[in-house]
Amino acid sequence: MSTMTDPQPQGFRLGMLISDTRYRSYTFQFIALILLIVSIAYLISNLFANLAANGLDISWAFLGEPAGYDINQRPIEYTSQSTHARASMVGAINTLIVAFLACVSATVLGVIAGVLRLSNNWIVSKLMSAYVEAFRNVPVLIWILIIFLAMSNAFPQPRAFRGETPDATMLFDAVAFTNRGVYVPSFVNGAGSAIFWLVLLASIIGVFAYRRYAKNLLFKTGKLLPTGWPSLAILIVPSLLMYFVLGQPVTLEYPELKGFNFQGGVHMRLSLIALWFALAIYTGAFIAENVRAGILAISKGQTEAAAALGMRPGRIMNLVILPQALRVIIPPLISQYLNITKNSSLAIAVGYMDITGTLGGITLNQTGRAIESILLLMLFYLIISLSISAIMNVYNNSVKLKER
Amino acid sequence: MSDTHAQSVAFVRTTEIPPAPPPTMETGAIKWIRENLFSSVLNTVLTVLALYFVIRGVIAVGPWMLNGVWNTGSLRECREVLDGTNAACWSVLTERWNQLLFGFKYPPEFYWRPTVAFVLLLVAAAPVLFNALPRKMLILTAIYPFLAYWLIWGGTIITPIFAALGFVAAYFAFTNGERMYGFFLGLVAGVGAALITWFIGGIIADAMPGSMLEAVPSRDMGGFMLNMILGTVCVSLSIPLGIVLALGRQSNMPIIKGICVVFIEFVRGVPLITLLFVANVVLAYFFPPGTNLDLILRVIIMITMFSAAYIAEVIRGGLAALPKGQYEAADSLGLDYAQSMRLIILPQALKISIPGIVNVAVGLFKDTTLVSVISMFDLVGMIRGPILSSTDWTGIYWEVFIFAIVLFFVVCYGISQYSQWLERQLATDHR
Repeated sequence: MSTMTDPQPQGFRLGMLISDTRYRSYTFQFIALILLIVSIAYLISNLFANLAANGLDISWAFLGEPAGYDINQRPIEYTSQSTHARASMVGAINTLIVAFLACVSATVLGVIAGVLRLSNNWIVSKLMSAYVEAFRNVPVLIWILIIFLAMSNAFPQPRAFRGETPDATMLFDAVAFTNRGVYVPSFVNGAGSAIFWLVLLASIIGVFAYRRYAKNLLFKTGKLLPTGWPSLAILIVPSLLMYFVLGQPVTLEYPELKGFNFQGGVHMRLSLIALWFALAIYTGAFIAENVRAGILAISKGQTEAAAALGMRPGRIMNLVILPQALRVIIPPLISQYLNITKNSSLAIAVGYMDITGTLGGITLNQTGRAIESILLLMLFYLIISLSISAIMNVYNNSVKLKER
Repeated sequence: MSDTHAQSVAFVRTTEIPPAPPPTMETGAIKWIRENLFSSVLNTVLTVLALYFVIRGVIAVGPWMLNGVWNTGSLRECREVLDGTNAACWSVLTERWNQLLFGFKYPPEFYWRPTVAFVLLLVAAAPVLFNALPRKMLILTAIYPFLAYWLIWGGTIITPIFAALGFVAAYFAFTNGERMYGFFLGLVAGVGAALITWFIGGIIADAMPGSMLEAVPSRDMGGFMLNMILGTVCVSLSIPLGIVLALGRQSNMPIIKGICVVFIEFVRGVPLITLLFVANVVLAYFFPPGTNLDLILRVIIMITMFSAAYIAEVIRGGLAALPKGQYEAADSLGLDYAQSMRLIILPQALKISIPGIVNVAVGLFKDTTLVSVISMFDLVGMIRGPILSSTDWTGIYWEVFIFAIVLFFVVCYGISQYSQWLERQLATDHR
């Protein structure tokens, strides 16, 4: 005789929408959805009411109209008669240029500073701490502005290079630092240059292939191939041979003072350099901390175990510490790259024509299409961010510890 | 036998030799220098190089800083006083001191108001930051936001009083409501009570326009004061918002989770400048026609959204780091969602997230300088605008920017040192 009885199955009552945990989440979500829809509808209706009151509308036609302004740094063909869409594209490419330059230099700087901060040399590690703390704790905008102002005030005018006894001289007769920008030599591609570049590319790939082969051989047979001078040889010899066989297809064009300004070579504007350096130094300080944390995260036992196996310090670093530390370092490193890309929008403070300067700056002011321009601008940055996070997810999955 | 031995040798020591001091190369400063500066060839090279650069730097910058001029009216005067010697014109700081701190439009006779507000900020923040201080000081902390608003903006005191009363009413309605009807209805009651109080306050404030402090419009705020206002307001607003977003993202209700994910990822994916552009030119379109929100208020809204998304991610990390047993333990005690979050989960998760939250706060404080891009005159805006372009000081830049660097460094470095101290205080495990 069982005295226990199952509770009477209850029918659904309205009160259970609040009191019963099984149904309560539906109530909450329903309320949240309604609130969201109502508030969005409210905002949109306000938007249209305001637009109508000001005689405006939402239209994307302005993208096809001539922009009518000049952009001083044009990686692709652009005139003031080109469309606003073209201007935005130029700006987008300029953003990517400065972001790429800053990412590369910030990584180099950050790795050097991070490793040196762990050095057992007291003065060097203190200097690196000073660098990291000084740059991490001051807004990047201040660094951009101060580098820009310092350069444009300290560098001589182009006309200082003129005359028999000029006030300023070019570095190695090749690089001119002026207050209008830095002029460096550029490559001139003659006949057959394509072959030369292809050979150079192939030898770079060859270096990686050789190193991979040496590593596989080491792991399989324990036989150690030298990697230092062979990779240097693979890199240099074929391209050098090809360079002379083809009759020096690639030459350098040096900047020359003509009239009031330098002609020829590559003209890097001070705004580009200021933005590049400031972003690199600022983000380098953050990367240094990531690198340091990554190396410290590897327990001392790993180093000692490797040393007990008889490995030399350099090889301990390369084969034991770094592969494990990279797993810790790379995710924050990639998010620093993301930060560089987003911070490059500060270009507008020094007049570098990135996408914030073209689409979000002049195009917005000239056409008055604030909503459309800012939407496109956000979309551009969103696409970049989302694709970088997608890459990061792929990487994280590939290096994830394979647990049983 | 020993006797014979005593005759065979001339001298036998009967006392112990005192221990000899270690070799000079192995003690004190010399050992330290050998180990830390010259332990290997590479280290020696690095040390010499570093010393060379440090000494070069000190020789270049030291005299320039120390010989600076502090009391001239313009750059030209300063150059005359210096008479060709290479030294700093610090007089730009003394002459433009008030502008750098308060902006160029804030009425000079009221400079004491933001100053008092700043000092009170330190007092009000102290009990939050240091647990050892008497808990009664928290009363001042609770009053502070309304007091600071009244001090800086001025105007009728009825507005801040009723704003505070609204929160008091909301608190009582919530605690009573929660006890009787549960968390959710308590929340509704609290919000309702606050809205009613504010509505009444609005009517009374309109009826009695008299004011004890003269009102200062928002567009007159500037200088470092503006950075401080934006930093403190946005950080303190975004922490609760960030907690809500993080909980929403962790929840298992798909719609709420979806809303939070989209919001967080969107905001984190765009630069702050675009959000400030939104505040500057677009946000006004989304308010009912005729409303005229201050630019500073619009900027606060956007920066708060921005930092809330970042703080939400930090707190989500803290929530994820908690062992699952904590959630299950809370459930097994019979606590409902609100109770388990408030009593078990959040105190631990927030503790883990402190370093991250401080990082976001420091980053946000630095990012407040970006408002100079949308032509607000914060510290950087003041330097770029009214000071560098004035006829008196055109051509000067190192001195003012060094001042800005020092200000930001002191604040940000102080905050990060505090967070490290707090982390050590809160480290209750792994003793």
